Amino acid sequence: MFEHKTFSRAAAIAAVAGLAGLAPVKAEDTVKVGLILPMTGGQASTGKQIENAIKLYMQQNGDTVAGKKIEIIVKDDAAIPDKTKTAAQELIVNDKVSFIGGFGVTPAALAAAPLATQAKIPEVVMAAGTSIITERSPYIVRTSFTLAQSSTIIGDWAVQNGIKKVATLTSDYAPGNDALNFFKEHFTAGGGEVVEEVKTPLANPDFAPFLQRMKDAKPDAIFVFVPAGQGGNFMKQYAERGLDKAGIKVIGPGDVTDDDLLNNMGDAVLGTVTAHIYSAAHPSQMNKDFVAAYKKAFGNRPGFMAVSGYDGIHLIYEALKKTNGDTDGTKLVEAMKGQKWESPRGPISIDPETRDIIQNVYIRRVARSKSDGELYNVEFQVFEAVKDLGKTKK
Amino acid sequence: MTSILTNLFDGVAYGMLLFVLACGLAVTLGLMNFVNLAHGAFAMAGGYVCMLLVNQHGWPFFAALPLAFVSSAVIGIVLERALYRHLYTRSHLDQVLFTIGLTFMSVAAVDYMQGSSRVFINLPAALEGQFDVFGVGIGRYRLMIIVICGLLTIGLQMVLAKTRFGSRLRAAVDDPRAASGLGINVPQVFAFTFAFGCGLAGLGGALSAEILGLDPYFPLKFMIYFLIVVTVGGSSSITGPFLASLLLGIGDVAGKYYVPKMGPFVIYTMMIVILIWRPNGLFGRTAAR
Amino acid sequence: MSASSDVGFHAQRHARWHYGEAAFWLIVLACGFLFPSRYLIMTDILRLALFAMSLDLILGYAGIVSLGHAAFFGVGAYAAGLLALHGVINEPVLALIAAGLAATVLGFATSFLVIRGVDLTRLMVTLGIALLLEALAERFSNITGGTDGLQGIEMQPILGQIPFDMFGKAGFFYSLAVLFVLFLLARRIVHSPFGLSLRAIKNNPLRAAAIGIPVNRRLIAIYTFAAFYAGIAGALFTQTTAIASLDVFAFDRSADLMLVLVIGGTGYLYGGLIGAVIFRMLQEVFSTITPQYWQFWIGLVLVVIVLVGRQRLHYGVLFLPNLLIKQIAGRKAVVTVPESEA
Repeated sequence: MFEHKTFSRAAAIAAVAGLAGLAPVKAEDTVKVGLILPMTGGQASTGKQIENAIKLYMQQNGDTVAGKKIEIIVKDDAAIPDKTKTAAQELIVNDKVSFIGGFGVTPAALAAAPLATQAKIPEVVMAAGTSIITERSPYIVRTSFTLAQSSTIIGDWAVQNGIKKVATLTSDYAPGNDALNFFKEHFTAGGGEVVEEVKTPLANPDFAPFLQRMKDAKPDAIFVFVPAGQGGNFMKQYAERGLDKAGIKVIGPGDVTDDDLLNNMGDAVLGTVTAHIYSAAHPSQMNKDFVAAYKKAFGNRPGFMAVSGYDGIHLIYEALKKTNGDTDGTKLVEAMKGQKWESPRGPISIDPETRDIIQNVYIRRVARSKSDGELYNVEFQVFEAVKDLGKTKK
Repeated sequence: MTSILTNLFDGVAYGMLLFVLACGLAVTLGLMNFVNLAHGAFAMAGGYVCMLLVNQHGWPFFAALPLAFVSSAVIGIVLERALYRHLYTRSHLDQVLFTIGLTFMSVAAVDYMQGSSRVFINLPAALEGQFDVFGVGIGRYRLMIIVICGLLTIGLQMVLAKTRFGSRLRAAVDDPRAASGLGINVPQVFAFTFAFGCGLAGLGGALSAEILGLDPYFPLKFMIYFLIVVTVGGSSSITGPFLASLLLGIGDVAGKYYVPKMGPFVIYTMMIVILIWRPNGLFGRTAAR
Repeated sequence: MSASSDVGFHAQRHARWHYGEAAFWLIVLACGFLFPSRYLIMTDILRLALFAMSLDLILGYAGIVSLGHAAFFGVGAYAAGLLALHGVINEPVLALIAAGLAATVLGFATSFLVIRGVDLTRLMVTLGIALLLEALAERFSNITGGTDGLQGIEMQPILGQIPFDMFGKAGFFYSLAVLFVLFLLARRIVHSPFGLSLRAIKNNPLRAAAIGIPVNRRLIAIYTFAAFYAGIAGALFTQTTAIASLDVFAFDRSADLMLVLVIGGTGYLYGGLIGAVIFRMLQEVFSTITPQYWQFWIGLVLVVIVLVGRQRLHYGVLFLPNLLIKQIAGRKAVVTVPESEA
């Protein structure tokens, strides 16, 4: 697939170069980037979005940077940590990659951390969202987000906007617990009350009984975190259960109204308020171009995972530019620290201290667009340059 | 009190859905003694057909449902004639290997054609939301599931017990050799039964998209549930799987509602206890084959 | 095989070591030196092989089918992880044995549930136990780390001498040593009178009971013993990857195991080893070619295997080695694949 394309392109270039009597592309002129993504299993849509976005970026910006040809190698880990580790080791030892990237879930990112440290290779986390990840290795840099960034802000927003009683429904794994704890901390500090707390198993077919519990607790709003991909089911059943009619709002980090599924969720999702780092409706020219190009290439809307992948590969390009093609891992990480650029999601930068991302967090409300009739997360309030609060607290 | 009734209602709907999904498996496993782990793939096929018809071709939901049934049944009969029938006499391990292989292929194929995201079927407005009956919240969609599945169950029972085909099937199952000696075309009866079971799965798949979520991993995710229904229910009739489905549905819903943290325990413990108590299932034959 | 002296003769002949077997182990050892860059995947194959051997002990020799063998693997994995994490037993070999014993206890406790019922019931009861344990591990996330798994396991050097390295060299040879020792033990057991009595039970439990074999006790014994093996495999998993996460209990693991054993063939101990190699290599090749759709090709291979017929396939694959052995040792087909019913 992907690999094949780059391979055949490399072959074509080599052939052309050979014909022209120039030196063919040598191995040391290639920089390999190993992507470890969930391409099968429940998290597969995350992996595909990231892969697509990287493909798009390389189409737009070419596959050569600082005189080096970038080659992407994709490995599937199905979001299972031991597979991630094997894949990472294979990439580092056999394929001699200069970067590893991707990582759909937190355990996967953590599993690769010791390898990154030992091999001194930058690990660019493009999806997983738990705070602790970047603390596990000095070679980890993140371009996605942390749950603390969005959850604390929606917690503050909720108390300021007259929401007093909240029931929470979160997936029972590290990001879900991060989301819950940071939300609770900020929400209760502002005087709010959590009346019901349910953690759902990660692989969860039917939300109905949990939602019934929420409904019977009669809160002002439900705080929801479910992993990307489950949001659709949640919103459908939220409507079916009549929670929207009962006046119970949905708030949460933006995973529940992920852009790639949002449009299929129906009218029940209208008015849902979330705090998140990216909306396909972000009103910048750059984002409009990005969304249009992504739609044209892959037929659907990019979600926040796609943007994280897009920024991830951008960061890799920029780091190589700065080191002038030097692939020494320590220098690359140094080059990544403090990078600042305009992303489709808005201005972002890499915190030189924590190697985590600093970005704007937007409060958005779901509304139907007047131009194309589709559902979008419309941003109406911005919290600028939010650091990962999960770490700054310590 | 009302929340108990709402939960009961939800549980029944969930159980009914499981029954429609799994009863084809009960037929192939219980009656034809064939382990068809690819059963969920037929359900997924029906779900995706329904989704494509409704979302992309603008068919009304209720018109697309029968087509989900038909398309899965057709796929079923083609595969039965082409592949499955050669494996009836093979060992269970061969059957497991073969059908897991088919499941993997179906998962990857659907992923390739339709992508790995969850899909939803656009429902008519009449099926959305809930209404109250004496304070008990009744979901319209779930009510529809109960009605459709209830009618199907009654119909199935009638066909099996009252019609000529039913008696032929039972005869073919009890003793295929004697049955064919009596002039019953056993392979034909099996093929038809298999296709019908697949069709039901397809219908179930279409109905379940709203509640269980439909994605390429459906066949793998729900394989366990189907097996639970069939083993707990026993394989001598469809009453067993029916009751097992209801039990599983209600148990799962009640478990999640009352002890949310212990959710999965409830059904697994229930299954183990029932199987220890009655190794052949609730309505199993006393003699093992 | 009618006269008792005849039986004894055949049993002894089967129990003797053959050139083919020695060659097999030498090749495995040689792989460790030939492919120094692929230690992790080879270690993975060894773990899977040990795990499959455990299932072979109950399926191939005693006829107990199980879809929940991951239960023991998982208990072993978490036991080893917790022992290392909390520094209870730091030395990996001791921890390995302790973890195996933990799984043994569980095996003994659940064996009473498993020996009842027919195949299908056994499949579901074993599956149920594994799922229950997975749910338990998820529920008690304060102990197990829940979905995130046990984090921060650091393994001490083996026997206080050999540290685990990043490239998995120590892990590979450690796993190989464990596999070999346990293989010897298993080989001894299946060729003992005890092992022969298991085969009698598998072929016909009623007749076995009639000739005075305590059927249930034997089944309990072998099931418990197999649990020990699976526990060791799980512990090796944790020790060599420094990870223990919920998926050690997953249904996929048990199902894959079944596939491995069926591909390799049951009832001759090498089935699991060969199956593990074939299965992992296929997975590796396909997922390198197409990381997204490799499952399709694995599925196709499985379907083709069944349609062509395992028997014929094994015959084809083993034709050459058997011919060689026949020529060299003058013996008839020593590497055979007895067909099993389930």
